[in-house]
Amino acid sequence: MFYREAGDFKTSYSADNQTFPIAFDRWRYYLVLFVAIVVIPLTISDYWANSLLLPFLIYVIAALGLNILTGYCGQVSLGTGGFMAVGAYATYKLMTAFPWMDMVSVTILSGLVTAIVGVLFGLPSLRIKGFYLAVATLAAQFFLVWLFNRVPWFYNYSASGQISAPERSMFGVAVTGPNAEVWVKYLFCLFFVIVLAWIARNLTRGSVGRQWMAIRDMDIAAEIIGVNPLKSKLTAFAISSFFVGVSGALLFSVYLGAVEVGEAFGIQKSFLVLFMIIIGGLGSIFGSFAGAAFMVLLPVLLKIIGVDLLGWPTDIVAHIQLIVVGGLIVFFLIVEPHGLAQLWRLVKEKLRLWPFPH
Amino acid sequence: MKKLATLALAGLMAAGPAMADLVFPSLSYRTGPYAAGGIPFADGYADYFTLLNQRDGGIGGVMTSVPECETAYNTERGVECYEATRGEGALVYQPLSTGITYQLIPRVTADGIPLHTMGYGRTSAANGDVFEWVFNYPANYWDGASVIINYLLDQNEGSLDGQKIVLLYHNSAYGREPIRTLEILSEQLGFELVQLAVDHPGQEQGNQWLTIRRERPDYVIMWGWGVMNQVAVQEAANIRFPMDHFIGNWWAGAEHDVIPAGDGADGYLALNMNVLGDLPVFAEIQQHVIDAGLAAGDGSNLGSVLYTRGMYAAMLAAEAARTAQEIHGVAQIDAAMMRDGMEALSITDERMAELGMPGVGPAFDVTCGNHGGPGMGRIQQWDASAQEWVTLTDFIAPDDSVTQPLIEEDSAAFAAENGIEPRGCTE
Repeated sequence: MFYREAGDFKTSYSADNQTFPIAFDRWRYYLVLFVAIVVIPLTISDYWANSLLLPFLIYVIAALGLNILTGYCGQVSLGTGGFMAVGAYATYKLMTAFPWMDMVSVTILSGLVTAIVGVLFGLPSLRIKGFYLAVATLAAQFFLVWLFNRVPWFYNYSASGQISAPERSMFGVAVTGPNAEVWVKYLFCLFFVIVLAWIARNLTRGSVGRQWMAIRDMDIAAEIIGVNPLKSKLTAFAISSFFVGVSGALLFSVYLGAVEVGEAFGIQKSFLVLFMIIIGGLGSIFGSFAGAAFMVLLPVLLKIIGVDLLGWPTDIVAHIQLIVVGGLIVFFLIVEPHGLAQLWRLVKEKLRLWPFPH
Repeated sequence: MKKLATLALAGLMAAGPAMADLVFPSLSYRTGPYAAGGIPFADGYADYFTLLNQRDGGIGGVMTSVPECETAYNTERGVECYEATRGEGALVYQPLSTGITYQLIPRVTADGIPLHTMGYGRTSAANGDVFEWVFNYPANYWDGASVIINYLLDQNEGSLDGQKIVLLYHNSAYGREPIRTLEILSEQLGFELVQLAVDHPGQEQGNQWLTIRRERPDYVIMWGWGVMNQVAVQEAANIRFPMDHFIGNWWAGAEHDVIPAGDGADGYLALNMNVLGDLPVFAEIQQHVIDAGLAAGDGSNLGSVLYTRGMYAAMLAAEAARTAQEIHGVAQIDAAMMRDGMEALSITDERMAELGMPGVGPAFDVTCGNHGGPGMGRIQQWDASAQEWVTLTDFIAPDDSVTQPLIEEDSAAFAAENGIEPRGCTE
């Protein structure tokens, strides 16, 4: 009734090509933006921001990045944790080497550094595909973690081998460090999420994204119709790594504040982000959000229900959490292989006809 | 989503204990590769507070509560746990993880909640001049490294010149802590230090032990935790390394570390910072807590090395709370008062005997400038046939002339990095 194209007349090409062609979707989108930008920062509590919203926003960026590479361009990567580590260490080196630099520039530069590293490790993708490429990116994961552990220059020769983010301010308020207010950190991450999601959305529906999808669907056919595999694969690696690097930078500087590479950016992180995009939906921007929400919020929700509401012992709840999350992953893969995004699409299809299906 | 939020919010409210409690959050880990050490420690920590509630009606007439939060030794979950329990009026945090400690130091400093890292964490936090909110009495890693070397000096008639010592360490902030002390000691005493890192979680050490076999060191010192300890002891037994030349630190010397290797582990040495054996307080815990069905775990860990240490940590926290109550004259203390209590803490032999744990640790006084305590440790040896640890030495003092300048240097670096003005305790 409300959710329909009818009556919403497009009079220009740009209006016809917009991201949300249905008026109801547009309004919903503006409402979400309004809640995220205005309502949440005014009402947020420390616990909600620090343990749910910040990691959610940061993993959204990582999931968007991996979705570009794996979901849109079809190149399986298990090196996400390693690339996040590149972003984090680049941030640390930039923050300590140039204390005057503002955090937005630091984060973007860290993303660029990660993009360069990502292209280097993306070069094998020109010769190998599928499982073999996954193994090559796995090598990147282990090599990068080993490198940051091995070379003291990366952690400024500190005795513990940890990196910790010094305090940096923007517009007179602290963004990083323990004195940063929660709403500042939240808005800082939200800014990157909105901008990067907008970029990702528009890249993937433009010519670059179409080339990626052509490569994903059948690389030989794509090459025959004139898609340059070298260019499209390497741009996918570069842009994906940029996103992942920004997410690693934010995870280190804004969220955690101190990081030990083997623990924070280990292979588990790569799998976590991969699960996010598989559950959320490969090749979908909304899927990156849904998957990140699922993987970040579900464990905390289970913990709150189990420990706080039901009063079960913490170890039982921790084990149940593993079982439930694992079970749901299997469930989704069997019942809805296209992820939460596909469920969302089906809901929208149904909504169009509601309440008068044929 | 909204439904979830209300549900979760209701959960948070239901979970928050009444504000009339003294809250000692326990960031424990009962799952994952480090659970073997995390479980007995968390049991001892919780059981001692339960004992105080059951036997004495709390501390100074106020009941205690120990909300537990599972971290799995993971720093991200540790931060989540800190944020989740902070609002309940937490008095002191004891995360039992050096990684989480590094996360929490800036946070507790900003939030004004004391952090007690007993024998772990950031060593230079011993300098109370810089680290106002962080305490690591009674001992820290640099002390531990120095105690081990002092013991070895004792075994070798005062000279380690020309000897080769391997440091086998967990490749994390925890394992890297002793390196600087050992490097300086190796320069001073003329022994050769070989560093071998073991990556998390530490199940694969074939390569490291191959190197040890080739290098033929005189001694192996281990900074291990969790499953790494069991694997290392087993590997050492496999290559027939003389076990009495293999010394673990105090986190690598519990029963569960050596039992899997069977007779092969006989003679393995480890450092300890608390006493072993039957303490009178165990009978009371058995009576008031375990028999009453209030134990945090299944009660089987009572008296084990790490259970005793968890209980010791709880005792130090409870005594600090008592001191704080005396200083401020109120029973319901807050985190800032707790800090004052920790800084004025005085543990004497008489007090420990009174509490039913005579000589559980060294007697010491915490001061404004010294948050580190005496740093003494003792050496214990595993007797595989009797299945028990035997204490070999009395408390050995570390060489403060080595560790103190390092503490000064590292804490000064931290102060400069974070723009902290030393409080001027010495003035």
